[in-house]
Amino acid sequence: MFDDLHDLYQQMILDHSRSPRNFRKMEGANRRADGRNPLCGDQITLYLFMEGDVVKDISFQGSGCAISKASASLLTDALKGKSRQEVKRLFDQVHELVTTGKTGGDDVGKLAVFAGVHKFPARVKCAILPWHALIAAIEGKVEPVSTE
Amino acid sequence: MSLASPIQEPKKSAIDWRSLRDDFPALHQIVHGHPLIYFDNAATTQKPRFVIEALRSFYERDNANVHRGVHELSNRASAAYEAARARAAQFIRAKSADEIVFTRGTTEAINLVAQSWGPKNLRPGDRILLTEMEHHSNIVPWQLLAERVGAQLIFLPISDDKGLLDLNRLDEWLTPQVKILAITHISNSLGTVNPVAELCRRARRIGAVTLIDAAQSAGHCPLDVQEIGCDFLAFSGHKMCGPTGIGVLYGRHELLEAMPPYQGGGDMISTVDFHRSTWNRVPHKFEAGTPHISGAVGLHAAMDYLDRIGRKNIAQRDHELAAYAYERLSRLSGLRLFGPHVGRAGLVSFLAADVHAHDLVTVADQRGIALRGGHHCNQPLMKQLGVEATARASFYFYNLEEEIDRFVDALREIQKFFSR
Ligand SMILES: Cc1ncc(COP(=O)(O)O)c(C=O)c1O
Repeated sequence: MFDDLHDLYQQMILDHSRSPRNFRKMEGANRRADGRNPLCGDQITLYLFMEGDVVKDISFQGSGCAISKASASLLTDALKGKSRQEVKRLFDQVHELVTTGKTGGDDVGKLAVFAGVHKFPARVKCAILPWHALIAAIEGKVEPVSTE
Repeated sequence: MSLASPIQEPKKSAIDWRSLRDDFPALHQIVHGHPLIYFDNAATTQKPRFVIEALRSFYERDNANVHRGVHELSNRASAAYEAARARAAQFIRAKSADEIVFTRGTTEAINLVAQSWGPKNLRPGDRILLTEMEHHSNIVPWQLLAERVGAQLIFLPISDDKGLLDLNRLDEWLTPQVKILAITHISNSLGTVNPVAELCRRARRIGAVTLIDAAQSAGHCPLDVQEIGCDFLAFSGHKMCGPTGIGVLYGRHELLEAMPPYQGGGDMISTVDFHRSTWNRVPHKFEAGTPHISGAVGLHAAMDYLDRIGRKNIAQRDHELAAYAYERLSRLSGLRLFGPHVGRAGLVSFLAADVHAHDLVTVADQRGIALRGGHHCNQPLMKQLGVEATARASFYFYNLEEEIDRFVDALREIQKFFSR
């Protein structure tokens, strides 16, 4: 049943949406950004602790659909220790992944579970929401970012 | 049946609803390998062939601009456009066609009132009374106005989890500072049918002007602006079998007369010189530029189509479907249902435990079932209910009980899918 949907809702995505990693407010964060998807009410806050150019710690809080929550959770897992440059490169690759299903590079690792999202155009913004918040946080923007 | 009170308990209707489906080409298609079940009628309804043909015939034979040419086609187009206006007046029992302003839809109609009636009639400290169940299009235009004139927005609360307005406390809210009461007739996210005639009567006692958002009711039950006793009423063609981009603002004649124009341009003027102009008479004063002529023609056809079925019958059918869905859904475990238990309009909002509305709607779509998931343009209401979003199944007379059965089966599978 729902064969095509197993592509979208892979077991890893369901697991991360049910028990998200790094799901906490970070005291002492030096970067922060909110991501909002006004259409469905998804809302996440991303906390970063950066030392120079490097992401030392990252966490998030918020609520949303399985895709946006799992995306945020896997993102926090993937980014610790990465430099600003590396984060931006990864963002580009994830963006390509969720819009075309193809990976432009080999950095994506576990994030490849989001390849199925591209078959569901309406859900691309759910997967990409935490990434927009991430870029805003890294750039030091303070306003909430929105995917609409 | 009285408009003002919740729709009555159903008797089985005599109409062959199934055969009406043949009028709607879009209903007969396969989506993701399954026959389409269209349960997003509160967003927009499908269009009957009768309406599609009216549009086609207008463009194939009568197309011309209105009120400008003296040639035959322009005469025909003008006549068709004005006939639609007269029909709209009759449809909601307005006293005259001059009380009908064509707009792009409900949203534009409400903005027109807020921007044209508002600044002339509101002073700093005045209040605009809305309810907690308004659509964004009946909130934001008033926020813009309030900011402009220094007025204050207040919201009539929903009394309980059944999604009814707290009318016992209405007098606390209807203070002399309230200059306008703007309320939805039927809530697009709860399915509540508000007692609009009663609300208008109470508002009139304190001299407040009233506006009814009839977006969800115009195509679903008989409307009589005189019986409701409202000053303004707004609705959209596309939610009642008509085309997108056309809607109606009804305004009581003397109010429209006293209001300044909304936009400037052709058609809305009587004389123009370089520095000043004089306005055309109502309702043309409010219709600047070339209007949506074919839209009005299509809306006319939609009104004829609906009245051939009978709006009383449609209201009863809505109620049957909603009651059936509510009954079946309330027997599923792990489901939270929103809105009134009885007397609801033709929609059901719900949440499944542990499945976000957005995920639920994506999975249902793979079964060919079109639902809506999200805040339904009711963000403040969602906050009030303590949820981010709900899933919504909204029905129209062409939906069938067996579609609801398939939908309930799919919901069970969805719950299973997400608990794996
Ligand atoms: C209660 C209500 N009011 C207003 C609107 C706005 O209608 P439109 O988008 O056609 O202007 C809607 C449509 O979603 C609605 O459900």
